[in-house]
Amino acid sequence: MAKTIEEINEKIRQGKAVVVTAEEMIDIVREKGVEKAAKEVDVVTTGTFGMMCSSGIYFNIGHTKPRIKLGGGKVYLNNVPAYAGYAAVDIFLGATALPEDDPRNRYYPGKFPYGGAHVIEELVAGKDILLTATAYGTDCYPRKFLSAYININDLNEAVLFNVRNAYQNYNVAVNLSNRTIYTYLGMLKPNLGNANYCSAGQLSPLLNDPFYKTIGIGTRIFLGGGIGYIIWQGTQHDPSAIRGENGVPKRGAGTIAVIGDLKQMSPSWLKGASIIGYGVSLAVGIGVPIPILDEEIASYTSVKDEDIYAPIVDYSSSYPNREPEVIGEVSYKELRSGEIEILGKKVPTNPLSSYAKAREIANILKEWIKEGKFLLTKPSAPIPGPESGVRFKPFSGKELKEEVGSR
Amino acid sequence: MRTERVVLHFPKHLADKPVIVNLVRKFDLDFNILKATITPDEEGVMVLEITGEEENFQKGIQYLKELEIKIQPLSQDVIWNETRCTHCLYCVSYCPTKALQRDEETYLVKFDPQKCIACGICVDICPYKAMEIRLVV
Repeated sequence: MAKTIEEINEKIRQGKAVVVTAEEMIDIVREKGVEKAAKEVDVVTTGTFGMMCSSGIYFNIGHTKPRIKLGGGKVYLNNVPAYAGYAAVDIFLGATALPEDDPRNRYYPGKFPYGGAHVIEELVAGKDILLTATAYGTDCYPRKFLSAYININDLNEAVLFNVRNAYQNYNVAVNLSNRTIYTYLGMLKPNLGNANYCSAGQLSPLLNDPFYKTIGIGTRIFLGGGIGYIIWQGTQHDPSAIRGENGVPKRGAGTIAVIGDLKQMSPSWLKGASIIGYGVSLAVGIGVPIPILDEEIASYTSVKDEDIYAPIVDYSSSYPNREPEVIGEVSYKELRSGEIEILGKKVPTNPLSSYAKAREIANILKEWIKEGKFLLTKPSAPIPGPESGVRFKPFSGKELKEEVGSR
Repeated sequence: MRTERVVLHFPKHLADKPVIVNLVRKFDLDFNILKATITPDEEGVMVLEITGEEENFQKGIQYLKELEIKIQPLSQDVIWNETRCTHCLYCVSYCPTKALQRDEETYLVKFDPQKCIACGICVDICPYKAMEIRLVV
């Protein structure tokens, strides 16, 4: 007794759809069983809020008088370099971009107080952003300099475009060395001083649809407080990662590329982040609705933290040297308890992804759907699953000389 | 018994004089220096935990005030900016005094300024700059 997306949308329009969060679905399936849950529940909402470095925005500033061709020139936004390799007045800004005069890690560990992600947050918040640009000048675009304050309300298109977000699962980072290290998974104290992880676990979008049966290209989502869409698999998408018997990947695995109107978004759900010793990143809030089309999908959406395992990886050696060693596997239930045991030692755990915000996003999306403001979409095309044979390959370019970097 | 964490601002002329030792000698108070610094214009700033009988405590504080030392509770100088905080809870296990804790039901951050010793670890590591210490003005 399968349902269709059209049937679910009709129920949403009539205000009769049964919508629950992925957390609530766990209890429903436990109490009523999968069969009954699949019949009763129409939509399960998921959520995640964490730092997602492969994020960025593009926008169009309109044509100046006289005209300027920024393409091939240089553009800075609040002193942060932006990408101008498009036509005349389209600009792309990546979340991790840094001002040229930021000392980076020359004073170790660097503080990275301001970068692309902070510009994005301020632009979304409606603050004026200083644009400075130089161009080479042409007969049709004679102007060579531009220095002006821009505001999101005056831009033509302003679009959030993230090439890799919402990793299905992720590493738990530890440090086996005898010095403190600074990573994108936070400060890791020496000799297994702590273990840091970054996933909303049982609330996380792709962990509730492990084989991407409902989530695909064209899926409408909550993005940064507004409405966005999944437009492709994310970069590094790795559906062939090893999975447990429940189908849930035990490694990073799937990712999504997302897009949405920046003008609808809010700084509450797009936050600039400074990671000591590492760099700048953008925390992004994403929520994906999962239509409960049949019992199989109902079963997937009842996944619990105790059924989801993440690999423990040493970020002092294995990770930087791209060695395959995994110290062990640990469930999100254990991670969320605040302490795990690794190699016989009790180790405190630190999350980097906000479970409270993930929960809030799942609830906001639930309300949007219940109010009939948000209809579900049928993907135009799937993103590759394990059957596709798609794998995330390591670098295989032909290097000209051996250069092993180390701090 | 009373225990308080206070921030003391020493005027310039006291920077090289022994003061805190008198809390022990004259008033039988225990102290624990949590932080001490002298600013470029030679004013001193010290974060101190003071413990003792209520009467002695009051006398000790009076003594410091008479020396023109400005006293304020430490909690006034440590700011948790809730609008910046994303409640990721990353800071919680790094906090040495459990001033930052997790609410077990809501998974939100709970901050108790009374427990804070202004060590500054959270200020360094919070990606969203939600913690601020305004010790040296």
